[in-house]
Amino acid sequence: MDDSIVKIESLRFQWSKNNNFKIFVPKLEVGRGKKVLFLGESGSGKTTLLSLICGFLEPLSGSISINDKIISDLTSTNKDAYRSDNIGIIFQQFNLLPYANVIDNIILPLYFSKQRSKKVENKINAAMNLCDQLRLPESILNQKASNLSVGQQQRVAVARALIGSPSIIVADEPTSSLDTEAQELFLDLMFDQIFKNSSTLLMVSHDKSLTNYFDQVIDINEILVREN
Amino acid sequence: MLLKLTLNSLYARFLTVCMTVFAISLSLMLYMSVEKLRTSAYTSFTDTISQTDLIVGSRASSVQLLLYSVFRIGNATNNITWESYLDIIDRDEVDWAVPISLGDSHKGFRVMGTNKEFFNRYKFRGGQPIEIEKGFLFEDLYDVVLGSGVAEKLGYDISTPLIVSHGLESFTKHDDQPFRVSGILQKTGTPVDNTVIVSLAAIEAIHVDWSTGAKIPGQQTPIEEIRQMDLTPKNITAALVGVKSKLSIFYLQRWINDYPEEALTAILPGAALQELWRVVGVVENLLLGISVVVIFTTLIGMTAIIFSSLNERRREMAIWRAMGATPRTIIGLLMLEAFFISMLSVIISTVLLFFSLAILQPWIDNNYGILVSVEMLSIKDMYVFIMFIIAAMVVSLLPAARAYWFSINDGMTIKI
Repeated sequence: MDDSIVKIESLRFQWSKNNNFKIFVPKLEVGRGKKVLFLGESGSGKTTLLSLICGFLEPLSGSISINDKIISDLTSTNKDAYRSDNIGIIFQQFNLLPYANVIDNIILPLYFSKQRSKKVENKINAAMNLCDQLRLPESILNQKASNLSVGQQQRVAVARALIGSPSIIVADEPTSSLDTEAQELFLDLMFDQIFKNSSTLLMVSHDKSLTNYFDQVIDINEILVREN
Repeated sequence: MLLKLTLNSLYARFLTVCMTVFAISLSLMLYMSVEKLRTSAYTSFTDTISQTDLIVGSRASSVQLLLYSVFRIGNATNNITWESYLDIIDRDEVDWAVPISLGDSHKGFRVMGTNKEFFNRYKFRGGQPIEIEKGFLFEDLYDVVLGSGVAEKLGYDISTPLIVSHGLESFTKHDDQPFRVSGILQKTGTPVDNTVIVSLAAIEAIHVDWSTGAKIPGQQTPIEEIRQMDLTPKNITAALVGVKSKLSIFYLQRWINDYPEEALTAILPGAALQELWRVVGVVENLLLGISVVVIFTTLIGMTAIIFSSLNERRREMAIWRAMGATPRTIIGLLMLEAFFISMLSVIISTVLLFFSLAILQPWIDNNYGILVSVEMLSIKDMYVFIMFIIAAMVVSLLPAARAYWFSINDGMTIKI
């Protein structure tokens, strides 16, 4: 067992058979517990890379391993299980099930992952704790997610990604729908929690101003080759 | 949790789901009402006459005999002589017999001559007797009893005088011997409602001055003289027969069919009714066809609604996937949703149906003579419902397959 939590080798991916456009990642390693930012313009393939790491997309060739397990070899069902055990995901926006209340949204991943569920003694308490640490007022806990402000929604999304302490947190431009002030607050709170959890963070953004929060900043253009 | 979230999700789309459930409920209700009408029409029809074991007439096909003796449609080709009738009722097997004499009419309604026994013996709808609504059965020679339909359509009441026409569409009237309404029967939903009933003797009486279908010119026997005459009929049209033991029905039937002195036919009314239903039952098949189409439309409608909501819910599906839900879970979610919608629709449509039937039943019975039974769900209804719910879940696989495809291909970005 070495110190990299994410390891990619000679990864090639093609969106569709009709489209010859491919992306190629010769090599990528992310150290355990590191906070990594992938910087790149829109269309540079950052989100595609995250989707591959999460196992949503199937690579054409090459390998991806997460926590020493080569996920590109897993069947899709096992991949789903592996993802829910190891990765907490924060989307750009509209992260939550609008019809479910905050608590239900947060504990949803525990329903799909036994491993994460085991780490939590009392689901509701764990969710409430996270909300408290993310400075979400108690009054919103039983509210429907659709009643929350965007900033609150994103913090709930962080709580949901963190519950059951998955080893990796993947965030896809989580700050893009927040203004600068809210962005700072959000990042501070998120990083606090990620440090407490000692999770690895993989975040993509086009915003260069975020770089000083991270241990490592990777320019997507340096690791990813576009092929035609 | 999954269940709770599915319910929450449905609740979040309250209005759309309500409309869907309402639409499906109405279609299901339409299906069930058509089914109910279909089966009720069949029972009402085959129960037009019950507890009569044999109908005897002159040699004819069973359907023809049934048509003129029970439904008063068409004519007998021949009569039965009174002697043959007496021979039949003399048989040991015979419990009772009611003679019927047809051929005359009043303003388009058939006149039937019979005896009082008819009112005791003619049963319908599984043994229901004919009841008198007003007045009394014929006491006098010139008394008539009206079926409820006749009284209603002609606006007759007790004591209304009426004149019987000779034959069915003739202008010759038995106006020398006027009748008087003595009683009006309750509605039965059978052809009895449209019949003018007189005694056999009365039929004989109005034909005293007639010979071979025409009035003897110049001859007019005074009524007082007629009243003194022996009015035992020489011929009757048909007879309803009940036997002592059901076991002897077929034996008696064969005996009558082989009766040497006259060409007779005896039929089993139940069998003949079913045979006739096969002829008029095309309508039944039509109704059945409509029922099936309605169910199909309902299912397609539901699929279309789930389909159209799918695009809106694409992001929701992506969130489920990101949380670790397998595509199979997503298919499960959609099927669960279809299950709830169809289940709810089934319940609502049943409630609606029974309420509306309970309200409409007397009206349908009065106007169409079809007694629609308001009973709890039959095994067959249950079977249809279960099949419907299963079918709904099966067709929901179509949108589910699309959702599966979305969730496989969307990954973390949702392309809309």
